[in-house]
Amino acid sequence: MPIHDQGYQRYAGSRASTGTAWQVIARAGIRTVLAERKFLALLLLAWAPFLVRAVQVYVAANYAQASFLQPKGETFREFLETQAVFVFFITIYVGAGLIASDRRANALQLYLAKPLSRWEYVAGKMAVLLTLLISVTFLPAMMLLLVQIGFAGSLTFLRANLYLLPAITLYSLAQVLLASSTMLALSSLSKSSRFVGVMYAGLIFFTGALFQAVRGITGASWLAWLSPSDALEQLGDAIFRLPLRYELPLWAAAAVVVGLIVASGVVLERRVRAVEVVS
Amino acid sequence: MQAPVPSHDGSGRPDGAPVVELHGVSVIYGRQTALRDVSAAFPAGAVGLLGPNGAGKSTMLKALLGFVVPSQGRMRVLGLDVATSALDIRARLGYMPESDAHIPGMSAVAFVAYCGQLAGLPPADAMQRAHEVLYYVGLGEARYRNVETYSTGMKQRIKLAQALVHDPDLLFLDEPTNGMDPKGRDEMLELIRDLAHNKGVNLIVSSHLLPDIEFTCDHVIVMDKGAVATQGALDAVRGPQGRVFELRVKDGADQMLALLTAAGYEVHDTQEDVMRVFVPGDAGAEPIFRLAAANGLQVRHLKQSVPTLEDAFARAVGAD
Repeated sequence: MPIHDQGYQRYAGSRASTGTAWQVIARAGIRTVLAERKFLALLLLAWAPFLVRAVQVYVAANYAQASFLQPKGETFREFLETQAVFVFFITIYVGAGLIASDRRANALQLYLAKPLSRWEYVAGKMAVLLTLLISVTFLPAMMLLLVQIGFAGSLTFLRANLYLLPAITLYSLAQVLLASSTMLALSSLSKSSRFVGVMYAGLIFFTGALFQAVRGITGASWLAWLSPSDALEQLGDAIFRLPLRYELPLWAAAAVVVGLIVASGVVLERRVRAVEVVS
Repeated sequence: MQAPVPSHDGSGRPDGAPVVELHGVSVIYGRQTALRDVSAAFPAGAVGLLGPNGAGKSTMLKALLGFVVPSQGRMRVLGLDVATSALDIRARLGYMPESDAHIPGMSAVAFVAYCGQLAGLPPADAMQRAHEVLYYVGLGEARYRNVETYSTGMKQRIKLAQALVHDPDLLFLDEPTNGMDPKGRDEMLELIRDLAHNKGVNLIVSSHLLPDIEFTCDHVIVMDKGAVATQGALDAVRGPQGRVFELRVKDGADQMLALLTAAGYEVHDTQEDVMRVFVPGDAGAEPIFRLAAANGLQVRHLKQSVPTLEDAFARAVGAD
């Protein structure tokens, strides 16, 4: 007896309404990454600076002779700057294959034949990267603030630096949105995740090196707009109420970050399609 | 006035109404017209979309899925307008693409369950359905293997499984037997036939293989050069009202072909020197013999045959 004679049942159960499939994509993506030991090791490493800072906060709170270690608003800015290294590596590790692997396996036509829009697909993929990047930026920064409150035993520091709550939120958001959207756009351009990783690293290093070279020759730091990373740092200084490191106007720094996110959206709109038409 | 009777697939379409309709649809890729003012109606059941490569079959399916936007025309699937209700349509539709396609890094059962969830099934139901459909398509024993390790035939089956997992009302199967060995091909065709005739799933099978369509479908739409060449029930399209003879003559096939054509017979070359001659009405082989004798040609083989879809296809697309 052919095996299919065992029967095919019609399905009479419930179905979710359209608009929720992005959550399925996000859950599956996060679960897949968290199942990898290499990634878990990277995640643990990304939390090491938090432990160091937590010890600093503990010592400063409990030993008067270590009061010079007292955290300031700047401490949180420095912490997030340190985390940028892990943002870079996690973005490459997780993000490079997010769309490129689907393109290699012709999976886009499978996804888009289901009741989900192209933007829902992108939202699902972006949610994977955003969640993991937030877990090494916003989450530890906020926890550090809580640790400070806990060890100090008062809200004095928080009251004096209330701007830190929106500053951490806003800067983390800018940091992870810029990395996620740029990486997803690059990932949609190729079928090779390795190539995408190289492109992303190239983009970061090349633009940074270009800015430093031009700055070295001309001495003009307003050319920081050439490097998205430096434009983001400039924006970070302003968000954390610190002296600006470059002569680049704030609006220009913001325009670079927003412009890159918008450009990534345009690339995704053109590249995430079930059918690639070559005319 | 009597209200229309709703169809069994729950779409609210009246019984007997087409599951898919196209009205004056044209699809243009750059300078290439892939579909040219196509109007067609796909009735419920199994419908074959037949045509040579490049005829526009896959483009039609992709337009119906909303993957490509026609430059003109209207399309309705299961009573819903493709331009405005693409997501609602896709929730009730399964698509088995022509090319190799899978979600990377997953076992077969995880892949199919994932597809079920994407189509709106709760995780537990999706997993249960994944196991069921994998058994149904004959991959039960290999369901924990990574899809990337599958053979071509197995990949065809898993594509069918992911299209079936959410129990669609309508299935689009694009060249479902591509790359399969004869045994696997027969099994796939059995599955398709079973789905259409025993499980109540409407399906559209796109293929350039006439026997596949003949075996699985009740209706056929023949396409050629981006247009519909002919459409209708398989028996009606296969036709006629006449007889088909296989004919071989000694040293004069071209002359005989010209003579028969001049005499108004439909003649199609099949292989080497054998031709298929369609004789309308009840006339037997006698006119053929007479024509050959009158022109000094020696008939070496003359055998009555059954009119096949191939004859209809050749007629429709104007092949020799």
